Amino acid sequence: MRAAVVRDAVGIGVATGAYALSFGAISTAVGFSIAQTCVLSLAMFTGASQFALVGVVGTGGAASAGVATAVLLGTRNALYGVRLAPLLRVSGLHRLGAAHLVIDESTAMATARDDPRAGRLGFWATGLAVFVCWNTGTAIGALGASVLADPRSLGLDAAAPAAFLALVAPRLRHRETAVVAAIAVLAAVASTPFVAAGIPVLLAALVAVAAGLRPRTGDG
Amino acid sequence: MWAAVLAGSVGCYVLKLAGVSVPQRVLADPRVRRIGALLPVALLSALVATQTFATGHDLTVDARAAGLAVAAVAVFARAPFLVVVAGAAAATAIVRALT
Repeated sequence: MRAAVVRDAVGIGVATGAYALSFGAISTAVGFSIAQTCVLSLAMFTGASQFALVGVVGTGGAASAGVATAVLLGTRNALYGVRLAPLLRVSGLHRLGAAHLVIDESTAMATARDDPRAGRLGFWATGLAVFVCWNTGTAIGALGASVLADPRSLGLDAAAPAAFLALVAPRLRHRETAVVAAIAVLAAVASTPFVAAGIPVLLAALVAVAAGLRPRTGDG
Repeated sequence: MWAAVLAGSVGCYVLKLAGVSVPQRVLADPRVRRIGALLPVALLSALVATQTFATGHDLTVDARAAGLAVAAVAVFARAPFLVVVAGAAAATAIVRALT
């Protein structure tokens, strides 16, 4: 049981390490330094937010818009934390450390097990495996891309939207989320000619808030 | 750029820490749960669209669209993440080299 949990954790770690290669390459390609790229993976340590920050800034958006998008994407980690807290039962320094490891992968592995002990092991093993592989992959990707003359000639500017598509696709199976995604895309595309770069994505966030607050049919 | 790196990192960590620290009843509100589920979907979808079709204030269909099309096929075929990303980059590079 323990061996199976650890094996799964290492497998997920290696997969995210490969993903981190593309983050490191994209981040340096759009103008972040190698040090900034590595600090993002160490300190922010939540992939979608990191891709969003470098993506928004890289396409000419204001740094503040990039930060806002990254933090809004990070709100899902807060919801994961609320779910994980009763399972992890951590306090003090342990809580500070555990909080940093609350990401998509560790949450999925922790909640996939019925046995609380296996769940806790899944959380820590996955979180640490991803942390090590994510940061190693980022450094290799950043160093590799920084020696390239023109990242655009390798099509790296299309890698980020492809990454976002892969992240969002599994969430589109429900009709409601698919409709929200479609309206969010329309809002972002329609506002692009009229507002500063980076703002269209934040307008899309308002679509999600409005949809979440909307009374559901049949709620009455 | 450093300010954005640090501000974003602090913001994301504070959210993670808040999650494992707040009382459980926060999640009892279905609106909080729904917004939490829909927010990443809306943001990621909008990022796909703007980073593929926007160049500053202009909407364009260029080599990146070919990359996104390849990515969509790869996602539909349940290809591994790296195949999706590398396929999109390769398709974009090829279209760019040919045009």
